[in-house]
Amino acid sequence: MAIVPLSEAVRELVRDGDVVALEGFTHLIPHAAGHEIVRQRKRDLTLVRMTPDVVYDQLIGMGCARKLVFSWGGNPGVGSLHRLRDAVEHGWPAPLELEEHSHAGMAAAYAAGAAHLPFGVLRGYRGGDLPARTRVARIACPFTGEELAAVPAHRPDVGIVHAQQADRRGNVQLWGIVGVQKEAVLASARSIVTVEEIVDELEPRPGGVVLPAWVVDAVCLAPGGAHPSYAHGFYERDNDFYLAWDAISRDRDRFRAWMQRHVLDTADVAEYHASLAAEAAAV
Amino acid sequence: MSRDGGYTADEMMAVEAARRLRDGAVCFVGIGLPSLAANLARRTHAPGCVLVYESGTIGAKPSMLPLSIGDGELAETADAVVSVPEMFAYWLQGGRIDVGFLGAAQIDRHGNLNSTVIGPYEAPAVRLPGGGGAPEIALGVRDVFVMLRHSPRAFVSRLDFTTSLGDNVRVVVTDLGLLEPVDGELTLVAVHPGVSVEQVRAATGWDLRIACDLRETEPPTQAELEALRALRTKGAR
Repeated sequence: MAIVPLSEAVRELVRDGDVVALEGFTHLIPHAAGHEIVRQRKRDLTLVRMTPDVVYDQLIGMGCARKLVFSWGGNPGVGSLHRLRDAVEHGWPAPLELEEHSHAGMAAAYAAGAAHLPFGVLRGYRGGDLPARTRVARIACPFTGEELAAVPAHRPDVGIVHAQQADRRGNVQLWGIVGVQKEAVLASARSIVTVEEIVDELEPRPGGVVLPAWVVDAVCLAPGGAHPSYAHGFYERDNDFYLAWDAISRDRDRFRAWMQRHVLDTADVAEYHASLAAEAAAV
Repeated sequence: MSRDGGYTADEMMAVEAARRLRDGAVCFVGIGLPSLAANLARRTHAPGCVLVYESGTIGAKPSMLPLSIGDGELAETADAVVSVPEMFAYWLQGGRIDVGFLGAAQIDRHGNLNSTVIGPYEAPAVRLPGGGGAPEIALGVRDVFVMLRHSPRAFVSRLDFTTSLGDNVRVVVTDLGLLEPVDGELTLVAVHPGVSVEQVRAATGWDLRIACDLRETEPPTQAELEALRALRTKGAR
């Protein structure tokens, strides 16, 4: 583990063609890392996430993705992801292959990946049209004969998450809604964790998840790096941004202009926030 | 769309869904109308109703309606916050949830739901967000409550895609009335005040069965409306 700038971590650990999971279940979504992937114009990525939302809409709309592995792709509480829809419905800016699961299937696949098992088991994918569209097999319990579903483990090349804190040795702690981040990091061959702050000593938090430094490849300081998602104890979810994203992302040109101004023309998360603040002040 | 009685169709839906939650029920709740209904139940007749959001918050007691299932207040007020794999494996699959609310873009006469695509899967006219938790919620809870606004586009004779199965659907609450399965087919059992059977038939894409003892739902009480309106969505315009 090394504490390095985010640009360096993304340059060294994310390669074109990689399977990349930027996880976060509405909380602690690693937006700053996603933006850095856009800035470095990574290509042909297979993006994995249970709930792809705005940051995946941005990655897809900027042409970074070849394939999406997911279970629910939308703007939570608002509606559709227009860049995702445009890619699937019209192939813009590039066609997007889909591998679609249920939440329970994705969660089992991550947990199996974290355990380095070849597959996860669940009582799921029974009936309907989804089983024919995803990677699932029926298996019999060797003890009772009960029919169950097996899903191949997720083993991304890179797992990327955002957390509240790391200490100077690179041990990481996150708390609040912890989602599937621990599993995503442990299932991945390489991992990047962006954090709100680096402290001398981690203070144990109720329900906190600790990732020891030696299971993380890079820790990067990125205060505000979850925005417009939130970091419990640091800042709240920017619900207005999610509402505003609907209009920004609906139009290809407006989307591109927004990405140019706030992501491509900024160097890091601090400049991204300054750029948003400048735009808000101009209104 | 305020009605003569001074309440909206959405309010009628939320009130009627809330009435069906018994005190102490453990409910898997999604965002939007289901969240409104479950929170209303908790503030009226069912204070012991346990709200479970799939983000991992068990026993959340939000003071305002969250915009997303992962809003911070859900975690701050929860009895327990668990990881997402634990939520689906231990709690939902473990059979610990009584009621699951589902919405969808389409429903058929058997209560099967589509939240995946409109049009063919490979070349969809509309790519919807997808099933999320619905496939396992639909079969993993005892009672599924569906909340869906009535229209011929939503109530279809044939789904474009079957995302989740209707086996455990106990009621469909719409803006026009209530449908319940009778002999395996969703049947109109009640209309909301001021709604005619013909209106419901016209908004249903199949030849809708009507219960012989069709009733009219009670309009929202003043207490229900006050509790409902006190719940304001955080961040809503």
